[in-house]
Amino acid sequence: MLTVPLKILLLFAGTLFLLGLAGLLVRRNIIFMLMSIEIMLNSAGLVFIAAGRHWGQPDGQVMFIFILAVAAVEVSIGLALILQVYHHYKTLDVDAISKLRDHN
Amino acid sequence: MTTYIGLIPAIPFLGFLILGLYGQKMHGKIAGYIGTGAVGISAFLTFMVAARYLNGLPEIKSYTVTLWQWISAGNLNVNISFSLDALSLIFIFVITFVGFLIHMYSIEFMAGDERFSKFFAYMNLFVGSMLVLVLANNMLVLYMGWEGVGLCSYLLIGFWYKEPENGYAARKAFIFTRVGDTAMILGIFLLFLNFGTLNIHQIMQQAPEKWMTGSAIATVTAALLLGGALGKSAQLPLQSWLPDAMAGPSPVSALIHAATMVTAGVYLIARTHILFALAPVVQTAVAVIGAATLLIAGFSALAQHDIKRILAYSTISQIGYMFLALGVGAWSAAVFHFMIHAFFKALLFLGAGAIILALDEEHDIFKMGGLRKKMPVIFITYLVASASLAALPLVTAGFYSKDQILWYSFSSQSGGLWLWIAGIFGAFLTALYSFRMVFITFYGEAKTEPSMKVGKLILIPLVVLAVLSVLGGLVELPQAWGNFRPFSNLLHNVLPATTIHKKEGLEVVFELISATIVLIGVYLAYLFYIKKPWLVKSYEHSRLNEFFYRGWDFDKVYDVLLVKPIVWLAEIDEKDFFNWFNTGVSKVALFGNRVLSLTQNGKLRWYLMSFAIGIALILTYMIYR
Repeated sequence: MLTVPLKILLLFAGTLFLLGLAGLLVRRNIIFMLMSIEIMLNSAGLVFIAAGRHWGQPDGQVMFIFILAVAAVEVSIGLALILQVYHHYKTLDVDAISKLRDHN
Repeated sequence: MTTYIGLIPAIPFLGFLILGLYGQKMHGKIAGYIGTGAVGISAFLTFMVAARYLNGLPEIKSYTVTLWQWISAGNLNVNISFSLDALSLIFIFVITFVGFLIHMYSIEFMAGDERFSKFFAYMNLFVGSMLVLVLANNMLVLYMGWEGVGLCSYLLIGFWYKEPENGYAARKAFIFTRVGDTAMILGIFLLFLNFGTLNIHQIMQQAPEKWMTGSAIATVTAALLLGGALGKSAQLPLQSWLPDAMAGPSPVSALIHAATMVTAGVYLIARTHILFALAPVVQTAVAVIGAATLLIAGFSALAQHDIKRILAYSTISQIGYMFLALGVGAWSAAVFHFMIHAFFKALLFLGAGAIILALDEEHDIFKMGGLRKKMPVIFITYLVASASLAALPLVTAGFYSKDQILWYSFSSQSGGLWLWIAGIFGAFLTALYSFRMVFITFYGEAKTEPSMKVGKLILIPLVVLAVLSVLGGLVELPQAWGNFRPFSNLLHNVLPATTIHKKEGLEVVFELISATIVLIGVYLAYLFYIKKPWLVKSYEHSRLNEFFYRGWDFDKVYDVLLVKPIVWLAEIDEKDFFNWFNTGVSKVALFGNRVLSLTQNGKLRWYLMSFAIGIALILTYMIYR
């Protein structure tokens, strides 16, 4: 069986994480931001799987299941919120939603 | 029974707590009944304790109850303990009994006021503090009561605080008495420094052993305590706050600024009379200040138009008599006049309050007139009280108390002709201004119609006090009339008897002189203000009378000597380095606030960016450290 070295896996996960983060910071559309968060979560999951295999432990895969659950919850709540935001503001631009700013 | 002495001040304090915490939720007059009830219970307990005390005489002259230890630090031990003797007994009797009547009066007087329950809370706090003051067995506890009554005086003068002048009057009273209080606390420090204790009983025992008569330390200490007494009792030169204190509701003027608090100075001097006896210079000063004050205030009372200001100056003048008595060593005469004065002066203020209430806040006596027929009960009681104030011979209590002071001011060891002349002239002025007030207010043509009839709760206290203003004098008759002197006999358990060095037979002559002078005063008042008013027309509008009207311009002098320089200094001081530093600190803080609040811009991506940068920094640090 072909084995991918741990180093490559970690680099790959790191790249994915940075891509997600960059997307989160650059995008203004909330849906794209949510997708970026998903990418970041998955990169974290990938690290868990890789580490679990490296040490021959099942814990990594267990953690990945947890992360999947968290991601599912996050997406469902996030989408519901996005719907509400859209109803309210008629836009999905995060910068338009800045009512919590300090009035100074 | 005497173990319950602590309850006498505790119950008004409890009333204060209940009214202060839950008063806002009480409807109608419930708060008034609670406040009055608390003082009533205290008055009842006072009667019980008094009965017990009189039974225990002459074996047991004072009872002391220690409740708990308050402060214990080094050799400073202060106990909350109360001591009951003849002097404090008379004071607590007046405070609780007159206080009860005034509380009762206030239920009707203050009805409908939006801060009705606050009023009774403050009044109860006052009564409790005053009782602590006179029962205290320790200088520090006494001082606590002393400051407590000062606070209540401030709160109640400014009770109707929405008028800015009332707040000004309250601050003036507070600051004036504070000048005296500062002197007094210094005196207390000196006592502690020299005796290592603040227990009044122990100090009084040790003082004659440790200090020589006339020594510097005794003189300084007595002078400092006198300073406190002058401020509280509105004597020269700290008297000018009292007329302005009339901004408070009338029951407050009756209770605090006539009957009880302002006589705290008299109590203090009587309580520490041993110190004053050790400092003859200061004691003479007490007499001279009293004599000067009673004259100055008498002239001012004669010039006032506001009925309450007449009474205020009259109070200053009558306390001047008490100081005169204290100064010549007539301790029991001073306390006697205090008690009688409390009766008739409280009555005068309550009567004035009832008139003001019925005439819709009319204070000017020249706008009243002819009230005799419309308010018969108030007229009769007011007449009785004024007669007592003027010391109308034989029939009034004021005669017995004031004549005793006049006689001692001449005959006692430290008395003299000049003090007597000042006193007798003051008595003439008193007769003149009190009947001027009565004649102008109740006789002549009616100028303002009463808009309402006052009720029973107002009239009952008036009648009770009127009875006391007549019969109160019978507890002490002049020495020349046989030896019926239960009041001074009671007080001589605590205070020394007055030493007389003039012939005793002269007393009757002096009484005749003062009685004649008082009658002349009353007749002149009748002549000037009813029969032939044109006689005094030119005087009423003269410069001199205007000067008296402004209270001898003491306020102007203080303004020039103290207020203006301090304001000037404050203005200079505003620009100094410390002020620059302080405003600098606040400016830096404001700048920081403005910069940091820029980051709080509500932009989610901005937050995320700072979040990511933060994590990057922390990770970098952790890897490379």
